[in-house]
Amino acid sequence: MSLLQIENLSVTFDGDDGPVHAVNDLSLAIDRGETLGIVGESGSGKSQTAFSVMGLLAPNGRTEGSVRFDGQELLGAEPKLLNRIRAERIAMIFQDPMTSLNPYMRISKQMTEVLTLHQGMSKRAALAESVRMLDAVKIPAAKERIRLFPHEFSGGMRQRVMIAMSLLCKPDLLIADEPTTALDVTVQAQIMDLLGDLQQDFGMATILITHDLGVVAGFCERVLVLYGGRVMEQGPTEPLFAEPTHPYTRGLLDAVPRVDDADAAMKAIPGNPPNMAAPPEGCPFRPRCGFAGEDCRVMPPLAPFAQSRARACQRPVAEVTA
Amino acid sequence: MVMTSEQAVEAAALASKPRSPWADARRRFFRNKAALAGLAILVFVVGFALFGNSLAQWSNEELDYNVMGQIVELGGPSFASGHYFGTDDLGRDLFARTVQGTQISLAVGLVGALIACVVGTLYGAVAGYFGGRTDNIMMRLVDIFMAVPYMFVLILLLVMYGRSITILFAGIGLISWMEMARIVRGQTLTIKGREFVEAARATGVSAPIIILRHIVPNLLGVIAVYATLLVPLMILTESFISFLGLGVQEPLTSLGALISEGAGTIAYGTTWQLGFPLLFFCLTLFGLFFVGDGLRDALDPKDR
Amino acid sequence: MSPLLSVRDLDVKFQITRPGDMPWTRPRYLHAVNGVDFDLEPGKTLGVVGESGCGKSTLARGLIQMVPATGQVLWRGETDLLSLSPRRMKPFRSEIQMVFQDPLASLNPRMTLGRIIAEPLATHRPDISASERRRRVAGMMERVGLLPQMINRYPHEFSGGQCQRIGIARALIAEPKLLICDEPVSALDVSIQAQVVELLKELQRDLGLAMIFIAHDLSVVKNISDEVMVLFLGRIMEKAPKAQLYDNPQHPYTQALLSAVPIPDPVAERAKRIVPMTGDMPSPMNPPSGCVFRGRCPRAQEDCARIVPQPEGGVHRVACLHPGPLQAGEVA
Repeated sequence: MSLLQIENLSVTFDGDDGPVHAVNDLSLAIDRGETLGIVGESGSGKSQTAFSVMGLLAPNGRTEGSVRFDGQELLGAEPKLLNRIRAERIAMIFQDPMTSLNPYMRISKQMTEVLTLHQGMSKRAALAESVRMLDAVKIPAAKERIRLFPHEFSGGMRQRVMIAMSLLCKPDLLIADEPTTALDVTVQAQIMDLLGDLQQDFGMATILITHDLGVVAGFCERVLVLYGGRVMEQGPTEPLFAEPTHPYTRGLLDAVPRVDDADAAMKAIPGNPPNMAAPPEGCPFRPRCGFAGEDCRVMPPLAPFAQSRARACQRPVAEVTA
Repeated sequence: MVMTSEQAVEAAALASKPRSPWADARRRFFRNKAALAGLAILVFVVGFALFGNSLAQWSNEELDYNVMGQIVELGGPSFASGHYFGTDDLGRDLFARTVQGTQISLAVGLVGALIACVVGTLYGAVAGYFGGRTDNIMMRLVDIFMAVPYMFVLILLLVMYGRSITILFAGIGLISWMEMARIVRGQTLTIKGREFVEAARATGVSAPIIILRHIVPNLLGVIAVYATLLVPLMILTESFISFLGLGVQEPLTSLGALISEGAGTIAYGTTWQLGFPLLFFCLTLFGLFFVGDGLRDALDPKDR
Repeated sequence: MSPLLSVRDLDVKFQITRPGDMPWTRPRYLHAVNGVDFDLEPGKTLGVVGESGCGKSTLARGLIQMVPATGQVLWRGETDLLSLSPRRMKPFRSEIQMVFQDPLASLNPRMTLGRIIAEPLATHRPDISASERRRRVAGMMERVGLLPQMINRYPHEFSGGQCQRIGIARALIAEPKLLICDEPVSALDVSIQAQVVELLKELQRDLGLAMIFIAHDLSVVKNISDEVMVLFLGRIMEKAPKAQLYDNPQHPYTQALLSAVPIPDPVAERAKRIVPMTGDMPSPMNPPSGCVFRGRCPRAQEDCARIVPQPEGGVHRVACLHPGPLQAGEVA
């Protein structure tokens, strides 16, 4: 059984101009200890997917489908159960650590509170454990620095604190929503390195949500490519990057400049991201797709086509070009 | 330029009318039931002030000698006598007086708010935009003005130049703009840091034009909301001054003056003398409050 | 060809006042840009890269007197822009235009597209009639890939990429010679970034624009620049033609930066080795003595604390006492 199993998840927001379909019929599964990357541009529904797992959707959001964590249904679950699972088994880190750190509380207080509250540890033990965790995320002089306030840390250090906090309860699943987007490249490299090490040491399953294909390439075993709230393609990282078959995946990879390439050409995907209040009929990528035809007015199902790979496309690149 | 299918879709979407931020705000406002109710109340009160006199059977200055001396028994509200709201202690028609009081109170509120909007906005925007020493001097000046007890100044003015409604307007205008200037300055500080203002500066647009074209239009939301709060404040100020006997002079009257009269005679059992002016006073305040609240929600949807 | 822009020893200092400072408190300064010089020829692109706080945006604003700067900014070899009064600077502002990072925030939400794009024209060429202005705006909109019927729309009705096109149209309407792009694509989606970069390159080719392209993303800068300048804490670390800087970086900071860029290829990304940077970002209020990078440098030696290295060399300039290609022992 998968650790997290999402089936036919749809997320709809009631906006001023009618419903916005942020996520449509999305299914995914992640096993214990696995790393899954969810790649997508803004409006692809990648963050909303994570939020619905955590029960953190905005109040005007509605969900359909099923999200099972370790066999337990999370959608529509009692707030009490959700709280417990969120506190002990699923952890989430965000792009901006300041959104989840209390600026008026010392780090020591914020960290130990988690342990004393949820694990019934004594204050002293909790403090020792917190310092150990700060050491684990390679914060120098953790013993002294734990007394500081969040604003006294740099952006990268703050993200480390956030990671340390999320690991305190030894979660089974870590959801990292754009954890390095706000950081400089050198800091990003350090943080991703750290996440990789911690993932190995703690053996937790990790979902990395990002728009950065380079970060995914380095970190994830499996990748899910989202566009317009739907899964376009999924599969193991290496074959997916080496031979993208969905026109969107292909276009995305061509659009990213590569620093290691001589000409580093960027091939643009024409057009603009879909307006999710009035999405195009059928495949959301159709208006921007170079291969699209009349048959794309019907959304194709996500169909397996090779070793653990799947795509939702009427006219995949391989077959069109062949 | 060849149109791709994507652009065709876009072009189709563009067939709809352009939606200015104002149009969006209007739409949100009209969807807000409380705000609409507030607006309806306000329209009613304003209509009452403007056209109420044509319904009145009596003028506001006429004394009804029939009821004089027997106000408690005969001066109550009645259709038969033509005193819809009853009469006041002197036998004047309370309906006509309430109409007049509402007129004066609304005028005082509007004039005060208007002066606050124009003077306060320009003053605050100039101080905030230029910043540095200009800002320091201008805002310290406001601080000093605000430290002077305005009631004292107002009373002095009314004593020096005689009790006239013009002086009252001038005095209220004089004090109303300062709080507005502070609020506008604070907002200007955030807006001037936005990139579109920087873009205008980089292009070489002159400071007065930046203030009028880029800063003030983006402040209008805040100004509108604060102005709706300012109107009741001004009405209250006028009421207080009238209560002191320095405000509106007989035969003119205001809601504040009527309420204080009504409160004075309530012991004799003439509840309507307090009730009707108070009703219109409250209606005005409620209406403004709901409209202000609706405006805030409509203009700053993020703050909800 | 003589350079269009010739910058010498550009300094930007901000005076820092803390709450509670008295008028006689000795002011503290934040030295945001320190001794930067470069030449830019017409039609060429200078890429400026560095991490947040390195002064790259401040540098751009210093060039056009948006922040107080000292030094020399020579325009066409004739006029020192920094010596001009605001009034005399005004005509030059139409020649140097800027494109900003946040596409939506750089457009006034209360103005229509037509008015936004026309503003530089209305400011600098009041002699142009309204109908001619409208014609030019429509032409420029088409040029940057916006439909003419969008002219009466408001910015919030557009996506990020379209808003950036509006920003570019506004920058180009007054026919500038130099375009300063401050992180123009970093707020955009990957697929849209490529569109905007392509558009900028195309416009540059057609209009002969010189560009200063500021970004933190080294791969985008590589794509668009002829020459690249790497800044750290307000100082030039390395400056070289693109090919030399990316293929043969000499400064340890450039090497660290380049090694940290993630590569969208699982095989290459996992085989890649990173140059570790130790320590924290030094504070610009209180920079280290000698080389500002030494606290984070794997090559730092005792002399680095004493001597401030100057960018030396001909076309490939390196500000380092111990320059050289990456050594085997320096990667993690």
